[in-house]
Amino acid sequence: MKAELPLHAPGTQLDKGYIGQSVPRPNTQRLLQGRGTFIDDLRFPRLAHVAFFRSPYAHARIRKLDFSNAIKSPGVLAVFDGPKVAEYCKPWVAVLAHLKGIKSPPQYTIAIGRACWQGEAVAAVVAESRSQAEDAVALIEADWYELPVVVDMEASLRGDYVIHEEFTDNVCFKREHDTGGVDEAFAQADAVVEDTFHFGRHTGVCLEGRAILADYNAAEHSLTVYHATQAPHMMQDIFSRHLDIPEANVRVIAKDVGGSFGIKVHVYADEMATAAISVIMRRPVKFVADRLESFLSDIHCREHRVRIKIAVKKSGEILAFDLDDLTAIGPYSVYPRTSGIEGNQVVNLTGGPYKHQKYRAKMHCVFTNKNVTCQYRAVGHPIAVALTEGIVDLAAQKIGMDPAEFRRVNLIADDAYPYTFPSGIKFEKLSHHQTLDLLLKKMDYQGLREEQKSLRAKGVYRGIGLAAMIEVTNPSPAFYGVGGARISAQDGATLRLEPTGMVTVMCSVTEQGQGTEAIFAQIAASAVGVTLDKIKVITGDTGVTPYGGGTWASRGAGIGGEAVLQAGRALRANMLDVASRILNLEKNEIDILNNEVVNKLTLESKMPLAELGRVAYFRPDTLPIDFQAELTVTRHYTPRQYGFTFTNGIQGSLVEVDPDTGFVKLLKHWCVEDSGTVINPMLVDEQIRGGVVQGIGAALYEECIYGPDGQLLNGNMADYLVPMSGEMPDIVCAHVETPTKQSQLGAKGVGEAGTAGAPGAIMNAVNDALLPLNARVTAMPFTPERILKALKKV
Amino acid sequence: MEHALEATLTVNGTKVTRRIAPRMHLVDFLRDELGLTGSHIGCEHGVCGACTVRVNGEIVRGCLMLAVQADGCTVDTIEGLSDSQELSRLQKGFHEHNAFQCGFCTPAMLMAAQELVRQKKTFSREEIRVHISGNYCRCTGYQAIVDAIESVIGK
Repeated sequence: MKAELPLHAPGTQLDKGYIGQSVPRPNTQRLLQGRGTFIDDLRFPRLAHVAFFRSPYAHARIRKLDFSNAIKSPGVLAVFDGPKVAEYCKPWVAVLAHLKGIKSPPQYTIAIGRACWQGEAVAAVVAESRSQAEDAVALIEADWYELPVVVDMEASLRGDYVIHEEFTDNVCFKREHDTGGVDEAFAQADAVVEDTFHFGRHTGVCLEGRAILADYNAAEHSLTVYHATQAPHMMQDIFSRHLDIPEANVRVIAKDVGGSFGIKVHVYADEMATAAISVIMRRPVKFVADRLESFLSDIHCREHRVRIKIAVKKSGEILAFDLDDLTAIGPYSVYPRTSGIEGNQVVNLTGGPYKHQKYRAKMHCVFTNKNVTCQYRAVGHPIAVALTEGIVDLAAQKIGMDPAEFRRVNLIADDAYPYTFPSGIKFEKLSHHQTLDLLLKKMDYQGLREEQKSLRAKGVYRGIGLAAMIEVTNPSPAFYGVGGARISAQDGATLRLEPTGMVTVMCSVTEQGQGTEAIFAQIAASAVGVTLDKIKVITGDTGVTPYGGGTWASRGAGIGGEAVLQAGRALRANMLDVASRILNLEKNEIDILNNEVVNKLTLESKMPLAELGRVAYFRPDTLPIDFQAELTVTRHYTPRQYGFTFTNGIQGSLVEVDPDTGFVKLLKHWCVEDSGTVINPMLVDEQIRGGVVQGIGAALYEECIYGPDGQLLNGNMADYLVPMSGEMPDIVCAHVETPTKQSQLGAKGVGEAGTAGAPGAIMNAVNDALLPLNARVTAMPFTPERILKALKKV
Repeated sequence: MEHALEATLTVNGTKVTRRIAPRMHLVDFLRDELGLTGSHIGCEHGVCGACTVRVNGEIVRGCLMLAVQADGCTVDTIEGLSDSQELSRLQKGFHEHNAFQCGFCTPAMLMAAQELVRQKKTFSREEIRVHISGNYCRCTGYQAIVDAIESVIGK
């Protein structure tokens, strides 16, 4: 059943207002005309610029830093080392209580005594311009003592050399999960297949680098931070606690943010240093990561090696999965979300779409001397989906069953919900079979299979790949809050009727281009009964919006949207209270529609909202003496019934592999997703497409390649490949809508689904193309070199 | 300013004369000296295309050209071409097709697409895809951008 959105006159049709309409995003003309405000666009008096001197070594002791030449360089205002900044900013340890046993050493804003990865900041130069600061960085002299470097995760796990002397091994976090009965299931199987998958380390490459402008006001002991962040309130709390400034004196403002994808939801040492330096120097200080330092210091992600085994019957029935995941996270767990979550998600989600009951998983998360890794778009999902779907295809092949049919046999039935998965996670309501059927129809799966066969006879190697998926969205406090992280699982929205009849919406969920402001406008307009042009949405300012978590884990629509809906309904009720007094009509006789108070039955106009606003704000003397209009309302929402809302979907990929060059040509891609109530199909589809393309990047192009000495070998935009328009296929999107009943809006979220499923679908398509050539690839990204190696041509 | 050179440029129709450090890139000059912050800096090594501006009628990477090299040149930026309405059809197409998300690459993407518009021909999706391959977008997946450009100059 669909959530009932603003129901107007009884007996008239269900009016969903703008919900489900592909309206173009309001509030965005500035971005089209070059009038946006990204951090680097801000101009401040007395603004100082910081540039960092970064470690050239992956692991080295800092014996001496000599700033004597740097400090004399033109325009230089100050040079700081780690101990100096540490006087103003407390270090942090990124652990969570519910990730039992997770450990990490204290991390400082600027390394003290030792650098643990190439690119870690070891000194900061502040100057009147960024170029002057960079000039001076080049004049810093350092005396280094190189330490042993751990780059290989297997070596890290063995503990040949322990990176942090306070620990006895390199294990940050480990987890084991066992339903029991796994060995018995494997003993009963008709077929067992096993494989090892490797997932390369890659990164977000937001087109706008990380950026922060911190402005400390010594007179008020207050700090205003303009920050390219996804989570302003989380950062407010962190600046407050680590810089020892009262929370109410810290204001975090996220104006336009140039892409985030999870990159901009973490605490970065260099950004904390920038804020601390603003406090030390009592003036505004800006840091914008340039592209080279982005590659060295933006969080990386993935880097997993997973061995997985599956037990199946001849009928295709999956009996059990057994997996062993090893993942390397760099030298520190990242604050405050920790770097244990991705591996944890692999354990939670592997095998997720299927109805087997036996499951065993082992996961180790280890320290290495490479840049840190943490949560990037679809956290853990691309790993879990690809290894599930990769091994499922191999099992289908072993028993001689079509991969689509194999999935149909094993997908959890659409009427089996609520359902508890063997890893312990709970699904409210998913629609795997509906999405599979729709995908196969959209693809013309049979037609493609026939075409594939006829083309193979002509020496053309096409492959078709499928990847079913589940996606975590709308996390409850069980995700971070229960572990002690001060990250809000609830969000709030304030709606205010303006005197002219416009409505201002202030919401704690932020906008980085997904269209959250657009959907909040659609929801608010629908809930209040006004047209879209009457809505103004404000996000990204802790001084203005209610408290909330921000944008991550596909939670904007599901949590923030529900808060807007609740606030909109409450505001409408309050507006009707006022109208009934002005009009001397019973509240149940009237409603609000298209910016007017109307008769509920006849829809005849009784009063424009501008008149309601005029009376309520400027002539309340004409209202009854015991009545006070309340035309600003705030509502909050926290998902609580389930740990997460889950979405489901399935992707299909059609590729052509050139066996002579190893190049993969993407011919077409399909994604059928059930994200619950779709608020704006156009925005949802382009979210999915953008996510798919990032997943394609992971599958085919993107990898942070490190040498044996821990040096990043391709840390620039020319050598690190991201998808370009010429290589990308058209992507067909379709939807099944199963609204969540946890909220009235019913939105489940959609931001990460594309990235979650695409790598698995591409991998299966590539291997399907390679099958007649007896080749198989399992290490992402599938570069031409790796494909040619698999074909034994190089 | 030591070693600064005087240069005169016509930026968005207005003549400006400044003493400019020889090492300053054109995009930094536009942003920091003239306050035209619509041209963005994405990589500073000529790959991402976010700094695309028009010099004497040709689009260039603002991070690969020195400001002093533009002495005597006509420079057009997103701000100027928005105010002159030259980009209005493309901007409308981008808006209606949701051909941008975060908006960081958008001004440059519009500048690149306008090169096709100015040829007064029609183009296939494939040709459009190839033409904008020098401009990275990390948000959209490109399809909506291709749709938007196609809505203006498609076959």
